[in-house]
Amino acid sequence: MIQVQNLVRKFGDFQAVKDISFDVKPGELFAFLGPNGAGKTTTIKMLTTLLHPTSGSILIDGLDPAKHQHEVRSRFGIVFQDSSVDGELTAWENMDLHGVLYHVPRKVRRERTEQLLKLFELWEKKDQRMKTFSGGMRRRLEIARGFLHTPKILFLDEPTLGLDPQSRNQLWTHVKALNESEKVTVFLTTHYMDEAERVAQRIAVIDHGAIVAQGSPAELKQQTQTDTLEAAFLKLTGSAIRDESANSMDQMRQMARMWGNRR
Amino acid sequence: MNVIYILWLRSLKHWVRSPAQIVASFGQPLLYLVGLGYGLGPTFAKAGNGSYLQFLAPGVIGVTVLFSGAFSGIGLIWDRQFGFLKETLVAPVPRLWVMIGRTLGGATVAMIQGLLVFILCLVFGFRPTTLLAVPLFFLTMALIAIVCCAFGTAIGARMQSMQAFPLIMNFVMMPLFFLSGALYPLQGLPKALQVITSVNPLSYGVDGLRATLIGQSHFGIPWDLGVLGAVAAVLLVFGAWSFSKIEL
Repeated sequence: MIQVQNLVRKFGDFQAVKDISFDVKPGELFAFLGPNGAGKTTTIKMLTTLLHPTSGSILIDGLDPAKHQHEVRSRFGIVFQDSSVDGELTAWENMDLHGVLYHVPRKVRRERTEQLLKLFELWEKKDQRMKTFSGGMRRRLEIARGFLHTPKILFLDEPTLGLDPQSRNQLWTHVKALNESEKVTVFLTTHYMDEAERVAQRIAVIDHGAIVAQGSPAELKQQTQTDTLEAAFLKLTGSAIRDESANSMDQMRQMARMWGNRR
Repeated sequence: MNVIYILWLRSLKHWVRSPAQIVASFGQPLLYLVGLGYGLGPTFAKAGNGSYLQFLAPGVIGVTVLFSGAFSGIGLIWDRQFGFLKETLVAPVPRLWVMIGRTLGGATVAMIQGLLVFILCLVFGFRPTTLLAVPLFFLTMALIAIVCCAFGTAIGARMQSMQAFPLIMNFVMMPLFFLSGALYPLQGLPKALQVITSVNPLSYGVDGLRATLIGQSHFGIPWDLGVLGAVAAVLLVFGAWSFSKIEL
């Protein structure tokens, strides 16, 4: 479903992604793990047409994102690291807007919105504005929204960041259920190793822009001779702390949090 | 088409749902009408120019549309910050449609604001002298709104954060307003100011409003509409181009 070969992305002199290759099979739950600044988000951006690769090839459902941008875009859903809902609109309106952007016919749009909001336990709140939602509820809506246009692939970039264990648990239950019922391929990144171990069928560990290990959770543990995925991860990536410098965007986000999420 | 419509609708919903903002948007025009309109009125009349309020009202309407339109364009930066922009940028629709939907939405809101301020002007004693030109009045307002919104979008697409906002306010928006003929007649100005006001697109907008409301014009309606139309076309292309270049 996703084929990546010798993918490279440079920002000036800095190589954010260094010659990585991997395959994700249809219907698979694939986890992409790595410390901060390892190149996860850069890779996701390239897979989702937001960034052009410097070199290498990507095929999403057999299509090159650079050449068939719109076809590729309609085939995936994405939940970004930070919220991308409109706070002034209600849950229902956010779903509806998404459906229109993805050319989902009106009737299907309504049916699926109802079905998904019910599944994610947001139906009662459908007419409330998103700015009144808690972090967990927002996340649930974003994931429900990602499924609305029946994508073949769902990208989840650290979807459980900042959620309590209850919300995290529930979120993965829903994602797994939809992965099984709709045969959606799921590509996720997370910092919670227990989650990856529980949900993912296959894992790639990326560090300093290169893939250092690939395989099922069991294989990774075996390879590193450890008994938890967390230990395996630390063994593979070392225990040095990665510092990311904050850019103006991060500063603004911080300001936004301070002032309360108005939109 | 649906995409343009739903993004347009979104702008209107945003506007309707922030009553505080609507009320706040009357603050400035109110000050101009009271402070300048009544304050400078006697002096203006003594100079033999008639009622200052009559002269000022179209300018105040024009300025309302300018600020409202430009801010909704720059509002792009909030969508970038709060993340909604990403949702529209990964969708399988051409960015041009997204930009057009946003711009039309912002322009519509700016026009509504302009109309509300027009009513406010009526309350303060402004009386339009010609009603025949109503369609032209709307057309002029729509063109100003599109010019400002597209201009704001071009700025918003280039700004990474709100930090540059005071800079834009003081060095772009305020000069556009003060050097536009919104506050004073364009006849008999010092040479330098004459040149500046005649290259400021808002001058033509305000002049057009004045021509359609009280029948006074410096450039003439064909010039006003022609210049505004041309600037609108150029800025739409430039705004769309800037929008298409946004990277997240």
